[in-house]
Amino acid sequence: MSRRLIITAALLAVSAVFIAVGAALGEADVVLMKAVNICLECIGIG
Amino acid sequence: MRKDKTKKAGISPRRFVQLACAALFNGYTAGFVRGRIFGGKSKLLCVPVLNCYSCPGALGSCPIGSLQAVLSDRNHSFSFYVLGFLMLFGTLFGRLICGLMCPFGLIQDLLYKIPLPKPEIPKRLDRVMRYLKYLVLISLVIILPQVLTNDYGTGAPYFCKWICPAGTLEGGLPLLAANQPLRQAAGQLFVQKVLILAACVVSAVFIYRPFCRYICPLGAVYSLFNRFSLYQMSLDGSKCIGCGRCEKVCKMKVDIRENVSSGECIRCGECRNVCPTGAIKSGFVVSRPDISKDKRITK
Repeated sequence: MSRRLIITAALLAVSAVFIAVGAALGEADVVLMKAVNICLECIGIG
Repeated sequence: MRKDKTKKAGISPRRFVQLACAALFNGYTAGFVRGRIFGGKSKLLCVPVLNCYSCPGALGSCPIGSLQAVLSDRNHSFSFYVLGFLMLFGTLFGRLICGLMCPFGLIQDLLYKIPLPKPEIPKRLDRVMRYLKYLVLISLVIILPQVLTNDYGTGAPYFCKWICPAGTLEGGLPLLAANQPLRQAAGQLFVQKVLILAACVVSAVFIYRPFCRYICPLGAVYSLFNRFSLYQMSLDGSKCIGCGRCEKVCKMKVDIRENVSSGECIRCGECRNVCPTGAIKSGFVVSRPDISKDKRITK
Protein backbone atom coordinates (compact mmCIF):
# COMPACT_ATOMS: atom_id res chain seq x y z
CA MET A 1 0.00 0.00 0.00
CA SER A 2 1.48 3.34 -1.02
CA ARG A 3 2.19 6.09 1.48
CA ARG A 4 -0.37 8.33 -0.21
CA LEU A 5 -3.11 5.74 0.18
CA ILE A 6 -2.29 5.26 3.83
CA ILE A 7 -2.61 9.00 4.39
CA THR A 8 -5.88 9.02 2.42
CA ALA A 9 -7.29 6.18 4.50
CA ALA A 10 -6.19 7.89 7.71
CA LEU A 11 -7.83 11.17 6.63
CA LEU A 12 -11.08 9.36 5.87
CA ALA A 13 -11.02 7.68 9.27
CA VAL A 14 -10.25 10.95 11.07
CA SER A 15 -13.01 12.76 9.21
CA ALA A 16 -15.56 10.14 10.27
CA VAL A 17 -14.41 10.44 13.89
CA PHE A 18 -14.56 14.25 13.70
CA ILE A 19 -18.13 14.20 12.39
CA ALA A 20 -19.19 11.83 15.17
CA VAL A 21 -17.41 13.84 17.89
CA GLY A 22 -18.79 17.13 16.54
CA ALA A 23 -22.32 15.75 16.50
CA ALA A 24 -21.90 14.51 20.08
CA LEU A 25 -20.73 17.97 21.16
CA GLY A 26 -23.86 19.57 19.75
CA GLU A 27 -22.26 21.24 16.75
CA ALA A 28 -24.75 19.64 14.35
CA ASP A 29 -27.60 21.39 16.19
CA VAL A 30 -25.83 24.74 15.80
CA VAL A 31 -25.50 24.09 12.06
CA LEU A 32 -29.15 23.07 11.74
CA MET A 33 -30.41 26.08 13.71
CA LYS A 34 -28.42 28.42 11.50
CA ALA A 35 -29.44 26.68 8.29
CA VAL A 36 -33.20 26.45 8.81
CA ASN A 37 -33.56 30.16 9.59
CA ILE A 38 -32.80 32.83 7.02
CA CYS A 39 -29.22 33.95 7.59
CA LEU A 40 -29.55 37.73 7.34
CA GLU A 41 -25.79 38.21 7.14
CA CYS A 42 -25.53 35.73 4.27
CA ILE A 43 -28.12 37.51 2.15
CA GLY A 44 -26.73 40.95 2.92
CA ILE A 45 -29.25 42.32 5.40
CA GLY A 46 -27.93 41.52 8.87
CA MET B 1 -5.31 11.61 -31.66
CA ARG B 2 -7.99 11.29 -29.02
CA LYS B 3 -11.26 12.90 -29.97
CA ASP B 4 -12.49 15.80 -27.94
CA LYS B 5 -15.89 14.37 -27.15
CA THR B 6 -17.01 17.43 -25.23
CA LYS B 7 -17.06 19.59 -28.34
CA LYS B 8 -19.13 17.19 -30.40
CA ALA B 9 -22.04 16.70 -28.02
CA GLY B 10 -24.61 19.43 -27.35
CA ILE B 11 -23.90 19.28 -23.66
CA SER B 12 -20.77 17.76 -22.20
CA PRO B 13 -20.94 15.11 -19.46
CA ARG B 14 -19.17 17.55 -17.16
CA ARG B 15 -21.74 20.27 -17.79
CA PHE B 16 -24.53 17.77 -17.25
CA VAL B 17 -23.11 16.79 -13.86
CA GLN B 18 -22.65 20.47 -12.94
CA LEU B 19 -26.30 21.19 -13.76
CA ALA B 20 -27.48 18.04 -11.97
CA CYS B 21 -25.53 18.97 -8.83
CA ALA B 22 -26.90 22.52 -8.87
CA ALA B 23 -30.42 21.10 -9.12
CA LEU B 24 -29.76 18.44 -6.49
CA PHE B 25 -28.35 20.82 -3.90
CA ASN B 26 -31.16 23.31 -4.56
CA GLY B 27 -34.05 20.93 -5.03
CA TYR B 28 -36.64 22.72 -2.88
CA THR B 29 -38.26 24.55 -5.78
CA ALA B 30 -41.27 25.68 -3.75
CA GLY B 31 -38.93 27.92 -1.77
CA PHE B 32 -38.26 30.09 -4.80
CA VAL B 33 -41.98 30.68 -5.31
CA ARG B 34 -42.83 31.30 -1.65
CA GLY B 35 -39.74 33.33 -0.81
CA ARG B 36 -38.92 30.99 2.06
CA ILE B 37 -36.11 28.60 2.80
CA PHE B 38 -36.25 24.85 3.41
CA GLY B 39 -36.48 23.89 7.08
CA GLY B 40 -35.96 20.13 6.96
CA LYS B 41 -33.52 17.91 8.83
CA SER B 42 -31.36 17.35 5.75
CA LYS B 43 -29.77 20.68 6.64
CA LEU B 44 -27.98 18.85 9.43
CA LEU B 45 -25.63 17.71 6.69
CA CYS B 46 -23.09 19.86 4.88
CA VAL B 47 -23.04 19.82 1.09
CA PRO B 48 -19.58 19.68 -0.51
CA VAL B 49 -19.96 23.00 -2.35
CA LEU B 50 -20.30 26.72 -1.66
CA ASN B 51 -24.09 26.73 -1.74
CA CYS B 52 -25.79 29.20 0.60
CA TYR B 53 -28.16 27.58 3.09
CA SER B 54 -30.32 30.66 2.76
CA CYS B 55 -30.90 29.90 -0.89
CA PRO B 56 -34.65 29.17 -1.07
CA GLY B 57 -33.94 25.84 -2.75
CA ALA B 58 -31.05 24.66 -0.57
CA LEU B 59 -31.53 21.20 0.93
CA GLY B 60 -28.21 21.07 2.81
CA SER B 61 -25.84 23.38 4.63
CA CYS B 62 -22.98 25.35 3.16
CA PRO B 63 -19.77 24.10 4.84
CA ILE B 64 -18.21 27.57 4.97
CA GLY B 65 -21.35 29.11 6.46
CA SER B 66 -21.62 26.20 8.90
CA LEU B 67 -18.00 26.51 9.97
CA GLN B 68 -18.51 30.19 10.77
CA ALA B 69 -21.80 29.44 12.53
CA VAL B 70 -20.11 27.00 14.92
CA LEU B 71 -16.99 29.11 15.44
CA SER B 72 -19.05 32.24 16.15
CA ASP B 73 -21.15 30.36 18.71
CA ARG B 74 -20.03 31.24 22.22
CA ASN B 75 -20.17 27.57 23.30
CA HIS B 76 -17.72 26.34 20.66
CA SER B 77 -14.21 27.34 19.73
CA PHE B 78 -13.53 24.53 17.27
CA SER B 79 -15.75 22.64 14.86
CA PHE B 80 -15.03 18.94 14.66
CA TYR B 81 -18.30 18.44 12.82
CA VAL B 82 -17.75 20.80 9.88
CA LEU B 83 -14.04 20.06 9.70
CA GLY B 84 -14.97 16.38 9.47
CA PHE B 85 -17.21 17.05 6.48
CA LEU B 86 -14.54 19.19 4.81
CA MET B 87 -11.92 16.46 5.33
CA LEU B 88 -14.30 13.80 4.06
CA PHE B 89 -15.19 15.66 0.87
CA GLY B 90 -11.63 16.84 0.33
CA THR B 91 -10.18 13.37 0.81
CA LEU B 92 -12.68 11.78 -1.55
CA PHE B 93 -12.67 14.33 -4.35
CA GLY B 94 -10.19 17.17 -3.78
CA ARG B 95 -10.96 20.09 -6.07
CA LEU B 96 -13.00 17.89 -8.39
CA ILE B 97 -15.81 19.40 -6.31
CA CYS B 98 -14.93 22.86 -7.68
CA GLY B 99 -14.72 21.64 -11.25
CA LEU B 100 -17.69 19.32 -11.31
CA MET B 101 -20.18 20.08 -8.54
CA CYS B 102 -20.10 23.73 -7.50
CA PRO B 103 -23.08 25.80 -8.74
CA PHE B 104 -21.16 29.06 -8.41
CA GLY B 105 -18.33 27.52 -10.41
CA LEU B 106 -20.87 26.54 -13.08
CA ILE B 107 -22.13 30.11 -13.28
CA GLN B 108 -18.58 31.38 -13.74
CA ASP B 109 -17.93 28.71 -16.39
CA LEU B 110 -20.97 29.91 -18.35
CA LEU B 111 -20.02 33.58 -17.99
CA TYR B 112 -16.56 32.83 -19.40
CA LYS B 113 -18.22 31.46 -22.55
CA ILE B 114 -19.37 34.96 -23.51
CA PRO B 115 -17.24 35.76 -26.55
CA LEU B 116 -15.31 38.80 -25.35
CA PRO B 117 -11.53 39.31 -25.10
CA LYS B 118 -9.85 37.16 -22.42
CA PRO B 119 -6.83 39.10 -21.14
CA GLU B 120 -3.92 37.20 -19.60
CA ILE B 121 -3.16 37.93 -15.96
CA PRO B 122 0.62 38.37 -15.53
CA LYS B 123 1.98 35.14 -14.05
CA ARG B 124 3.60 36.74 -11.04
CA LEU B 125 0.47 38.70 -10.13
CA ASP B 126 -1.65 35.61 -10.67
CA ARG B 127 0.60 33.55 -8.40
CA VAL B 128 0.48 36.12 -5.60
CA MET B 129 -3.27 36.65 -5.85
CA ARG B 130 -3.94 32.93 -5.52
CA TYR B 131 -2.77 33.15 -1.91
CA LEU B 132 -5.60 35.57 -1.20
CA LYS B 133 -8.09 32.73 -0.75
CA TYR B 134 -6.00 31.29 2.10
CA LEU B 135 -5.96 34.71 3.74
CA VAL B 136 -9.75 34.92 3.38
CA LEU B 137 -10.10 31.45 4.91
CA ILE B 138 -7.90 32.17 7.90
CA SER B 139 -9.07 35.70 8.63
CA LEU B 140 -12.76 35.96 7.71
CA VAL B 141 -13.84 32.35 8.15
CA ILE B 142 -11.75 31.13 11.10
CA ILE B 143 -10.38 34.02 13.19
CA LEU B 144 -12.84 36.92 12.98
CA PRO B 145 -16.01 34.92 13.84
CA GLN B 146 -14.31 33.95 17.12
CA VAL B 147 -12.62 37.26 17.89
CA LEU B 148 -15.01 39.96 16.71
CA THR B 149 -17.91 39.19 19.06
CA ASN B 150 -20.78 41.12 20.64
CA ASP B 151 -21.45 41.62 24.37
CA TYR B 152 -22.88 38.10 24.60
CA GLY B 153 -19.75 36.50 23.16
CA THR B 154 -21.39 35.70 19.83
CA GLY B 155 -19.59 36.44 16.56
CA ALA B 156 -20.88 36.67 13.01
CA PRO B 157 -20.16 34.86 9.74
CA TYR B 158 -17.95 37.62 8.37
CA PHE B 159 -17.12 35.97 5.06
CA CYS B 160 -20.85 35.52 4.38
CA LYS B 161 -21.64 38.99 5.64
CA TRP B 162 -18.99 40.99 3.86
CA ILE B 163 -17.93 38.99 0.82
CA CYS B 164 -19.81 35.88 -0.29
CA PRO B 165 -21.27 36.60 -3.75
CA ALA B 166 -22.79 33.10 -3.85
CA GLY B 167 -24.97 34.03 -0.87
CA THR B 168 -26.11 37.22 -2.57
CA LEU B 169 -26.89 35.44 -5.83
CA GLU B 170 -28.41 32.23 -4.48
CA GLY B 171 -29.95 33.58 -1.28
CA GLY B 172 -30.25 37.36 -1.26
CA LEU B 173 -31.66 38.08 -4.71
CA PRO B 174 -34.27 35.27 -4.87
CA LEU B 175 -35.45 35.89 -1.31
CA LEU B 176 -35.75 39.62 -1.75
CA ALA B 177 -37.52 39.16 -5.08
CA ALA B 178 -40.25 37.07 -3.45
CA ASN B 179 -40.33 38.48 0.07
CA GLN B 180 -41.59 42.03 0.64
CA PRO B 181 -40.50 42.44 4.31
CA LEU B 182 -36.95 41.38 3.44
CA ARG B 183 -36.92 43.85 0.58
CA GLN B 184 -37.79 46.65 2.96
CA ALA B 185 -35.02 45.59 5.35
CA ALA B 186 -32.29 45.69 2.69
CA GLY B 187 -29.88 48.56 3.13
CA GLN B 188 -26.28 49.64 2.64
CA LEU B 189 -24.83 46.16 3.30
CA PHE B 190 -27.02 44.63 0.62
CA VAL B 191 -25.91 47.26 -1.89
CA GLN B 192 -22.28 46.52 -0.98
CA LYS B 193 -22.80 42.80 -1.48
CA VAL B 194 -24.57 43.29 -4.80
CA LEU B 195 -21.61 45.37 -5.97
CA ILE B 196 -19.24 42.53 -5.00
CA LEU B 197 -21.44 40.08 -6.88
CA ALA B 198 -21.47 42.39 -9.90
CA ALA B 199 -17.67 42.62 -9.80
CA CYS B 200 -17.45 38.81 -9.71
CA VAL B 201 -19.89 38.43 -12.59
CA VAL B 202 -18.19 41.02 -14.79
CA SER B 203 -14.68 39.74 -14.08
CA ALA B 204 -15.78 36.14 -14.75
CA VAL B 205 -16.60 37.14 -18.31
CA PHE B 206 -12.96 38.07 -18.90
CA ILE B 207 -11.03 35.91 -16.41
CA TYR B 208 -11.70 32.21 -15.91
CA ARG B 209 -13.28 31.59 -12.48
CA PRO B 210 -11.78 34.61 -10.68
CA PHE B 211 -13.69 33.85 -7.48
CA CYS B 212 -12.48 30.23 -7.40
CA ARG B 213 -8.90 31.22 -8.17
CA TYR B 214 -8.47 34.13 -5.81
CA ILE B 215 -11.22 34.34 -3.18
CA CYS B 216 -13.05 31.09 -2.42
CA PRO B 217 -12.17 29.79 1.06
CA LEU B 218 -13.70 26.41 0.23
CA GLY B 219 -11.40 26.08 -2.76
CA ALA B 220 -8.55 26.92 -0.41
CA VAL B 221 -9.54 24.05 1.89
CA TYR B 222 -9.93 21.52 -0.91
CA SER B 223 -6.65 22.57 -2.53
CA LEU B 224 -4.89 21.20 0.56
CA PHE B 225 -6.39 17.77 -0.15
CA ASN B 226 -5.66 17.53 -3.88
CA ARG B 227 -2.50 15.55 -3.23
CA PHE B 228 -4.16 12.95 -1.04
CA SER B 229 -7.65 12.69 -2.51
CA LEU B 230 -8.93 9.40 -3.86
CA TYR B 231 -9.78 11.09 -7.15
CA GLN B 232 -6.50 11.86 -8.92
CA MET B 233 -5.10 13.05 -12.18
CA SER B 234 -2.19 10.99 -13.48
CA LEU B 235 0.41 11.56 -16.16
CA ASP B 236 2.20 8.74 -17.91
CA GLY B 237 5.72 10.04 -18.44
CA SER B 238 6.49 7.38 -21.03
CA LYS B 239 3.59 8.52 -23.25
CA CYS B 240 4.03 12.28 -22.88
CA ILE B 241 5.61 13.87 -25.95
CA GLY B 242 5.93 17.31 -24.34
CA CYS B 243 3.67 19.06 -26.88
CA GLY B 244 2.35 21.43 -24.20
CA ARG B 245 -1.31 21.23 -25.28
CA CYS B 246 -2.33 20.41 -21.72
CA GLU B 247 -0.80 23.61 -20.41
CA LYS B 248 -2.26 25.74 -23.20
CA VAL B 249 -5.80 24.45 -22.77
CA CYS B 250 -5.84 24.79 -18.97
CA LYS B 251 -7.99 27.79 -18.06
CA MET B 252 -6.84 27.59 -14.43
CA LYS B 253 -3.26 28.08 -15.72
CA VAL B 254 -1.94 24.85 -14.24
CA ASP B 255 0.86 22.92 -15.90
CA ILE B 256 0.04 19.34 -15.02
CA ARG B 257 3.52 18.27 -16.19
CA GLU B 258 5.05 20.25 -13.35
CA ASN B 259 2.69 19.10 -10.63
CA VAL B 260 0.06 16.49 -11.32
CA SER B 261 -1.54 17.13 -7.91
CA SER B 262 -1.48 20.94 -8.04
CA GLY B 263 -3.80 22.52 -5.50
CA GLU B 264 -5.00 24.88 -8.21
CA CYS B 265 -6.21 22.08 -10.50
CA ILE B 266 -10.02 21.79 -10.40
CA ARG B 267 -9.90 18.50 -12.33
CA CYS B 268 -12.06 19.74 -15.19
CA GLY B 269 -10.35 17.19 -17.43
CA GLU B 270 -9.73 19.49 -20.39
CA CYS B 271 -6.02 18.61 -20.42
CA ARG B 272 -6.95 14.93 -20.53
CA ASN B 273 -9.32 15.57 -23.43
CA VAL B 274 -6.71 17.31 -25.60
CA CYS B 275 -3.77 15.04 -24.83
CA PRO B 276 -2.86 13.48 -28.22
CA THR B 277 -1.28 10.36 -26.72
CA GLY B 278 -3.65 9.67 -23.83
CA ALA B 279 -0.86 10.26 -21.33
CA ILE B 280 -3.20 12.06 -18.92
CA LYS B 281 -5.77 10.05 -17.06
CA SER B 282 -8.07 10.75 -14.15
CA GLY B 283 -10.26 8.78 -11.83
CA PHE B 284 -10.47 7.12 -8.47
CA VAL B 285 -7.10 5.52 -8.96
CA VAL B 286 -5.57 3.36 -6.28
CA SER B 287 -2.03 3.94 -7.37
CA ARG B 288 -0.12 6.42 -9.46
CA PRO B 289 2.81 4.62 -11.00
CA ASP B 290 3.13 6.93 -13.97
CA ILE B 291 5.11 9.84 -12.71
CA SER B 292 7.67 10.15 -10.01
CA LYS B 293 10.09 12.85 -9.03
CA ASP B 294 12.83 11.42 -11.21
CA LYS B 295 10.52 11.06 -14.18
CA ARG B 296 9.01 14.52 -14.39
CA ILE B 297 8.30 15.82 -17.84
CA THR B 298 10.33 18.76 -18.97
CA LYS B 299 8.92 21.36 -21.29
